[in-house]
Formats: sequence, structure tokens, C-alpha cells
Amino acid sequence: MEFGLSEEQRLLQESLRGYLAKHAGLDRVRQFAGDNEARARDLERGLSELGIPALLIDETLGGVGLGALDACVVAETLGYCVTSVAFLANAVMVPRALMLAGTTAQQREWLPKVASGELVVGAALAEAAGARRDAGVRVANGKLDGRSMFVLDFEADAYLVGDASGGLHLVAADTPGLVRRRLETVDRTRPIGELEFNNVAAESLPNADREVQSAVLDVGRVMLAADTLGAAQAMLDQAVAYAKEREQFGRVIASFQAVKHMCAEMAAHLEPTRAFAWYAAHALDEIPEEGHQAACHLKAHLSEVGQFVAKTATEVHGGMGFTDLLGLHYWFKRIGFNRQMLGSPERLREEAAMPHDTRSECQGEI
Amino acid sequence: MDLSFGPEYETFRTEVRRFLKTHGHLSPKTSDLRHESVLNWQRLLIAHGYAARTIPRHYGGAGQTPDILKSYILGEEFAKARVSTGLGGQGISMLVPTLLEVGSEEQRRRFIPPTLTGEMVWCQGYSEPGAGSDLASLRTSAVLDGDEWVVNGQKIWTSTAHIADWIFCLVRTEPDAPKHRGISFLLFEMNTPGIEIRPLVDMTMTRNFNEVFFTDVRVPKDQIVGERGDGWQVANTILKNERDSLADPNQAQARLNGLIELMRTETVDGVRLIDKPEFRDRLMRLQGRVMANRYNDLRNISNRLSGSSEGALARMIVKLQGTELRHDLEGFAIDVMGELGLAYGNNPYLKDKGNWQFNYMFYLGLIIGGGTSQIQKNIISERGLGMPREPRPQAA
Repeated sequence: MEFGLSEEQRLLQESLRGYLAKHAGLDRVRQFAGDNEARARDLERGLSELGIPALLIDETLGGVGLGALDACVVAETLGYCVTSVAFLANAVMVPRALMLAGTTAQQREWLPKVASGELVVGAALAEAAGARRDAGVRVANGKLDGRSMFVLDFEADAYLVGDASGGLHLVAADTPGLVRRRLETVDRTRPIGELEFNNVAAESLPNADREVQSAVLDVGRVMLAADTLGAAQAMLDQAVAYAKEREQFGRVIASFQAVKHMCAEMAAHLEPTRAFAWYAAHALDEIPEEGHQAACHLKAHLSEVGQFVAKTATEVHGGMGFTDLLGLHYWFKRIGFNRQMLGSPERLREEAAMPHDTRSECQGEI
Repeated sequence: MDLSFGPEYETFRTEVRRFLKTHGHLSPKTSDLRHESVLNWQRLLIAHGYAARTIPRHYGGAGQTPDILKSYILGEEFAKARVSTGLGGQGISMLVPTLLEVGSEEQRRRFIPPTLTGEMVWCQGYSEPGAGSDLASLRTSAVLDGDEWVVNGQKIWTSTAHIADWIFCLVRTEPDAPKHRGISFLLFEMNTPGIEIRPLVDMTMTRNFNEVFFTDVRVPKDQIVGERGDGWQVANTILKNERDSLADPNQAQARLNGLIELMRTETVDGVRLIDKPEFRDRLMRLQGRVMANRYNDLRNISNRLSGSSEGALARMIVKLQGTELRHDLEGFAIDVMGELGLAYGNNPYLKDKGNWQFNYMFYLGLIIGGGTSQIQKNIISERGLGMPREPRPQAA
């Protein structure tokens, strides 16, 4: 038995962390957020060189052929650095959808381009996790109609679109009848938007159904949770470092028990989620019967822990934590974003309480 | 990531399951440590290598090679079957490993075998009214008079003192040495003249603890473990192990399964509690926490197996998170039952022998005992996060 990251996974994390520390520090985050940049092309190129968009794609299709746990390690690192680059939809949900529901020809057409970074594909699947207002996409005569909100990796060349009956489709961004609208949110490190479909031609994935949609959502949920884990870890690290420097009453505030206990509580809640995230990611590939429940539980649990850390770490910084000067709010908002996307904690716990079809029995054994 | 235990361990798991199926009904139903069923069960477990596993045979143990995975499988399977893992108690969990580590050969042969079988019951004399979280400031004294130590002072929180045959006790023998260097580790019989035991009833209304008073208690000189003044080190050889055993995530999982059963059977206005969304949401919150603790446990076990220093924080948080989780979990079961959850003692509507209410309170005791949650947070922040100690107050 070996429960933990492999040497290769550690190296992957280290090299990505090294790259981001050098090229995607807080200044770059501020620039992206401040200018409302569409895409950080420099970072996209850098990540492509590291093989990040190719991670989950089969080697025969130009990818690296790794699994959900490797992607989880990447998501955690991107969260740690609040990096503004397409990953969640483009490198994880879209390849997973194509492998589960696409034809060989579709996989050959799309995946090598995603792997090389030539193409970025967003995901319009928010409604499969729960439709807000009147959002929803319908299929009529092979064309798409309706609206999808909260599209992930919105600034893309094409989109994976989920319809209301369990279908999945690929649509190029410049297809006639498709209207794109960027939506501003509190988290400026993550461009999202909505798509309006007016009789839009689409390429359907023939093997898609509700279960595939659900599997694609689950892998996305684990990535969002891992992103929160990284972001919360970054906030905790910053809080501890700040407390060791900041002096009041003639001593560093890290020597006050009130402050120490806030930090200890953050660590005590956060540290076990690391093993939880590894397990859920591993389950998606290796223990499929547990994957769905683990993904829902993980994201619900990490959302709660993340919210606690986001608040507490900000408090440790005192007034400075509330300002834009330190930039701590980028992590706070990223954690807030992750909490709502693809299912808020209450909805995910509701989901975890039910096996697939009946709505009355609760699962006993995990 | 490799979660398979391999064929050797799967065989072992099958054996354990077979044992539990055949003998599980013999698991004692009483908390009376002297009861025949308790002693028989303990003997049976040792004979099968399931209790006192790694204690050498010539000390009465099962003489197995230490094997973290087998211990893990045992914990998991026994918890799942809700069967007793045999005698615990401070004699077995703390004194025996201490003697194996630092006891003399004569002490090991004399004390370990009857302790393992449950014939010799121990209590632990560590805490004092003035020495709780700051244990090293203890004041119970022992002065050498000829061939005997003369012990005077008071201990508190002494579980099982009223049924124990012997006590292992921290006493101050070098009053002029720095506080950590002046302590010795003594063993003596509880029927020695000069010992007075007063029960300390806790909030569960059980006599789980006692106060123990020593007045000129005479203890043979050689009943010291380790050297004079080394008692603090002797006690600390195993103290760190105590904390985690209070927070076994497999037990938490077993209780969660029991909670789900409870929610499937109990109703309000004729509706099962499991079908009420607000209750189900709270259940799911707890399930998420249980999962986090279980996988964290697997990570810790894996690191122990490989001798890796990875995950130091993951080990430090076990007692804090595990005891807080159990307190919350047991408390939620009371909310599930509402007014019925208050039943206690002889109430005819008592559910599950009242163990939800009992554990709810008992785990509050464990949050405090074995290093309070606040002390755990000091440890996590200082050793885990590298934050400085609170400066000592200036002498007036």
C-alpha cells in the first residue's frame, strides 16, 4: 500500500510551482485582473511547454496520458498561485468528455489540438449541476437553442455544451447564431461568461448521457476542490508568515495564543483535506463506484474548510488583510468562486446523500 | 497511489473476518474489567494474535512481528463488526510499552504477563490538581528512607484507581533539580497503607475518575522504572501514542453507520429523519468530516510504513480533529432523536443503551483529557507551523 503522491507527481508539482513563482506572481495576477485581460497567452504557452493541457490526453493523441490525481496536483498548484489560465474545462472536463462520449474520429480531431495548446475549449455545463433563472440548452433538429450561464474557461476557441437531456456537444466560438457575453464576477482570476444559442449548429458526442455528464461534472468538482485546497494553503502560509513579522505590544503577533490558535485551527481543518482530495481523484480513475460520492463530498467539505480559512487568514492579517495592497483578496475570492461552481455545498451534500436513481435511501458504507 | 494491500493481507483480512464470524458473539457486553467474559475474550484474542500482537511470547504476548497494515486491518474489521478489540486501559496501552522500552528484565517478567491477561489492572498517577496541562510542575513527592520511597501528595483524574491493583506514578524525587529533571517513575500496589481513594463522578454520572491521596506511602526502592530523575523521559517515551488512540477514525466510521441506522428507524410526525433534508444535510457534513479523517489516517499509516517524514502536520492534528468530530457526531444523534435523545439511565424509551448521550459527554471529556484541544493547537502552531512560544511572564 502506498497512500500519497508519487515521486513523479511531486516533481510535476515542483516544476509547475517553480514556473508560476517566476512568471505568474501576484503582479501578473493583478495585471490580468486589472486589465480584464481575456487570455494570458504568455502563461498558456508556458503551461503548454510543461505539458499541462496534454496531461489527461492519451499519448497516441499527443498527450501525456496521466490521470485525475495528476490533474488534481496541478489544480492545487494553480489554486495556490491563483493563476489565470484555462485548465479546469480545457485540460480536464473536455478531454474526459471526449474520451467517455466521443467517437475515435472526434477524439483524433480535437484532443491533439487541446494537448498542444493550439485550441482552448471551455465548458458550458453549469445547468447540468443546477440551472439558475431560465438557463438551459435544448436540441431541436440537431441545432442548439437556449442559454448556458457560468461557462468555465470562457475565453475559448470552442465549447463543450451540455443540453438538458444529457447530451454533449462541441461548438466553435465563431459559429453563427452563438452569442457570447462575458460576465463579471467577484473573482477576476477566472473569466466566465454566458452563451446564447440561436439555432446553432453543433457536433454532438454520440455516447453522451446523464451519467457521462455527471462524470464530467465530478472530475470538474474534484479540480475545483483541489484549487480551493491550494488557495487555502496559500492563505494559511501567508497568514503564518505575516504573523511572524508583524509586531504589536512589543512582540510578533505569532507569539500570541489567540493568533496561534487561529492558525492551528486552519491547519487542523485543511491538512486532512489533502488526503481526501488525493483519494477522491484516485477514486475517479480507479474506484469508479465511489467516485461520484467522493467527488461531491470532497467539494462540499473543502468549500466549508476553504471558507473558514479564507475568513480566518484574512483576520490574521488585520486591517491589511482587508485592503487591496496585500492582494490577499484574490485568494479569498477564488475560494468563493470555487464554492459555487458545479454545485454549492448544500446541493452537493444532497447529491451525495442519494444513490443514482432513488431519492429515499442514504448510503451507509462509504 | 496504491490502495491494494496485496494477497498476504487480503488473506489476513479473510482470516480476521472468519474469526469474527465464528467468535464475534463472545465479545463481552459489559464494561466490568474483572468479568469472566472480558478475561476470556482477551485470552482468545491473544491466542489468535489479535491482541498484545507484537509483545514477545515470553512476556505473555502473541509474539508477532510489528505490522502496521495488519494492525490497521484488525482495527477496521473489528470496528466494522462492532466487536471489542480486547482490553485497553492504561496498563496495556501505556505501561507495557514503557516497560518494554525502559523497564528492567525483572520488571518486564513480573508485570507484563498478568497485565496483558487482565489479571493485573493498573491506574496512572500523572495529573495533579495543580499540574494539568503543565504536567511537569507536579508536586507529589517521594523521599528515600532506607530501602523505601516515602510518597506524599495527591493525584487527580485517576481512572480505574478504585479497581486497580497497581499504580504507575510520577513523583518528584529531586526537589532542587529543574522541573523536568526532578521526576521519577514509580510502581506500587494500590493496597499499600496510606492510599486513600475518593471517587470523582463526571458529567456522565459515572465514576470514571478518582482523586488519590498519598500519606507516607512506603514503596520498595527497586520499584522505580528508569533512573532517579528520569521519570519525565520515561513517561514521554509513550505519551505521544496516547493522544491518537483517542481518535480512531474507524470507530468514527462505525458510529456514523450506527447514526444512519438510527435516522432510518427514528421518525418525527411519522417521517423518517433520514428523509428530512435539514437532518440529512447535517449527516452529510459529518460524513465528509469522517471521510477526511479516514483518508488522513491512511496517509499517516502509509508514511509510517515507508518511514517517510512527509505529512508531519497530518499526524499532529489527529487527536484534535478526531475527538471534536466524535463529540459533534454523538451530539447530532441526540438532535436526531429530539426529546427522546434526552433519555438516560432507566428511561423505558432509552435507545442504544443511551450510548449517544453518554458518548456526547464522554467525548467532551476526551477533548479535554490527554492534552486539551488548546494544548493541541499550541503543538500544531509551534511544531507544525513554526510559530514562537508564548513568552514566559517576567518574575515579579
